[in-house]
Amino acid sequence: MDQFLTTLVAILNSAISPQTAALAIAAIGLNIHFGYTGLLNFGQAGFMLIGAYAFAISIIGGLPIILAFLIALVAAVLFALILGIPTLKLRGDYLAIVTLSAAEIVRMVGRSSLLTNITGGSNGITGNEYRGPFTDLSFFGDGRIDFGPWNYDATGSNGWWFIATAWFVVALLCLFVWAIMRSPWGRVLRGIREDEDAVRALGKNVYSYKMQALILGGVIGAIAGIVYILPASLQADSMGRSMTYFIFTALLLGGAATVFGPVLGAIVFFALRLLVQGLAGQFVPGTIMNGQQTEQFAWIVIGITLMLVVIFRPQGILGNKKELSFDVK
Amino acid sequence: MTTLTVPKRPEGRVRVWRLAAMITMAITAVLLLVGLGTTPAFATTTPPPTAAAACATSDTTGCLQGTIKLPSGDPAVGIKLEIKGGDLDTVATTGSDGKWSQAITVAGPYTINLDTSSIPDGAVLDSAAKNPATVNGALKKNVGFVFKIVGGTTADDGTTTQTPTTDVSTGVSFERFLQQLVSGIRLGLLLALAAVGLSLIFGTTGLSNFAHGEQVTLGGLLAYLFANVLGLNLILAAVISVAICAATGYFQDAAIWKPLRRRGLGTTQLMIVTIGLSIALQYAFQYFLGASTVRIDMANPVTVQLGPVALSQQSLVSMAIAIVVIALVGFVLVKTRIGRATRAVSDNPSLAAASGIDVDRIIRLVWTSATALAGLSGVLLGLVLNGVNWQTGLQLLLLMFAAITLGGLGTAFGALAGAMIIGLVVELTNLVLPGDFKYATALVILILVLLVRPQGIFGRRERIG
Repeated sequence: MDQFLTTLVAILNSAISPQTAALAIAAIGLNIHFGYTGLLNFGQAGFMLIGAYAFAISIIGGLPIILAFLIALVAAVLFALILGIPTLKLRGDYLAIVTLSAAEIVRMVGRSSLLTNITGGSNGITGNEYRGPFTDLSFFGDGRIDFGPWNYDATGSNGWWFIATAWFVVALLCLFVWAIMRSPWGRVLRGIREDEDAVRALGKNVYSYKMQALILGGVIGAIAGIVYILPASLQADSMGRSMTYFIFTALLLGGAATVFGPVLGAIVFFALRLLVQGLAGQFVPGTIMNGQQTEQFAWIVIGITLMLVVIFRPQGILGNKKELSFDVK
Repeated sequence: MTTLTVPKRPEGRVRVWRLAAMITMAITAVLLLVGLGTTPAFATTTPPPTAAAACATSDTTGCLQGTIKLPSGDPAVGIKLEIKGGDLDTVATTGSDGKWSQAITVAGPYTINLDTSSIPDGAVLDSAAKNPATVNGALKKNVGFVFKIVGGTTADDGTTTQTPTTDVSTGVSFERFLQQLVSGIRLGLLLALAAVGLSLIFGTTGLSNFAHGEQVTLGGLLAYLFANVLGLNLILAAVISVAICAATGYFQDAAIWKPLRRRGLGTTQLMIVTIGLSIALQYAFQYFLGASTVRIDMANPVTVQLGPVALSQQSLVSMAIAIVVIALVGFVLVKTRIGRATRAVSDNPSLAAASGIDVDRIIRLVWTSATALAGLSGVLLGLVLNGVNWQTGLQLLLLMFAAITLGGLGTAFGALAGAMIIGLVVELTNLVLPGDFKYATALVILILVLLVRPQGIFGRRERIG
């Protein structure tokens, strides 16, 4: 029973952690690409990394936090342009391969020993080096705040200030996505997803719309990168290919092309992992599965869950099967 | 995938499997032949009597080991290494073969301090080498560490002067160019083995298989299991591994992909299913092996000098096997009925079905041979790179995609050409840029090629839609 309680507390903690919020934000961005426009972006982690590096390096360089934030967004726009120009006129899988490759290039360059002075190489940048200005913005005061099962510092890293701002950003972005997707602009995007040629026949510039969607989702990805590193540290390898796959898993679990799907998906993603790990730790004897292995077992379950969700419930928890034909051309 | 019902031709089915059996036998024969020629290379597991006491791993012991060579390439005899850590404080000495080893019974960090006074005159420890060095010893494992000795002199006060050599890290000398060129061809060949299958699967089913890298890893890990853990002969282990990999392809198609095609799942959905499979397999590998790198062949690699180029014997054998198998695949695709049928399905599945080709059967064969080839590539990679871990294939997957996109998505010969180009680019990049960038350059080239010629080298315009 004790262990069950531990698992429950771990799940509750992960449900509100800034990391979960960051995954949700990245999934919201990917939702604009994949869910609404039908773009196969396999480089969302690359956008996160670009945003994270631009933000952290700008702050270390002495720029004010607002400027650093803007630089991160501009960097994501440029990255989207570089990715989009050669590929958006081609078939979907080309975008997939190019985005995947580009994200890996960003990671490899970031962790390269040549750039150790700027990016910290494979060790990355510790949070203390860039966290200061953001912590200073806090109006939560010092001390600890207890709220139901959650008990954190008010301002310290991983404290309420980081949690509140992260989820505030999630809420803002949900509102934003809800608003733009019911606008005429959003309807054009859905039209592109369903039938590109039909939209083109209506006189819309499909290439331009796709590019706008790629940029918008990428910028949201960069914000996710910043939210992800603020309470932790910046390490290139933590935002590699697996991160992109996890964002996809979260998005598809929750439901692509829905407003709250990415958020719910991110929470369920971490909860599922912790639940499986906790249950395996409790019921499977240590001789069969040790602590390390329960963690890996949880990831195996995540992989299989992704397969099963895509096969049997492609619309996810919240999605509408009719809306989502899901096949990128 | 529309599949028209075509009257079954039982003799055709037999022919396919006879052919598959032929290919498997041919691979076996090649492996055996090459293996016989080089048996000594694989059989040097027992060290010569004069060598330092051999260390064998067991459940309670592990080994620290290494080989030290003089600048001339001869083994450095009598080098003393102080080893401290765990419950040990001892001195290991290199034997007549330049090897040293030390058994440990406690896992953890060990400091190895090379006694520089034991180095013969005319040679010094490479100034870049860490001395003392710290290695993480583990039970049940051999942990290697390399001290590099270069030409140079030691003054009376103990300061050393290295004989200047061309800057090894970035200098472009002709010898180095040749060496990297050969490494590039080696990587290209092994990459081609894996990429041809990926390309054929894409061509016949439209599926980008993100789990193909794990098929490569599987081959390497199975070879480790059979050759190292179960102690089978290396050739036999390789054959069994490839056969098991082929079986995984067969049953994968039967259990997962064919039913999904029947359900009419879109290719995007299928692609994401392969991502799920890839995640599950990666962690399954880690579940059983952890994050450690395991070696298939425990013997220290024997290098062969070909003019200015030094290659391990394993590399030479692997390249030979790869060339023969690739030639075989090419022959089958071009000259046999089944190869023509495969290419027909690649071109247009519906038309192929209408002209009497059993598309599902061809796809099953493609899956089987693709995973077998990936497995073989994994075994050879494990030998060439001197180890396999859970992400060996993962790291290769992007290069495979780059190769088949370069060559033209879905064309088998494009995949070969693309793989050779990518292999060369990756290794030659090392001449001018540090190792961190070698994969990055290949991917940059991929993006540039897409800008100029999106259909790739052998692709046709209409494929890119």
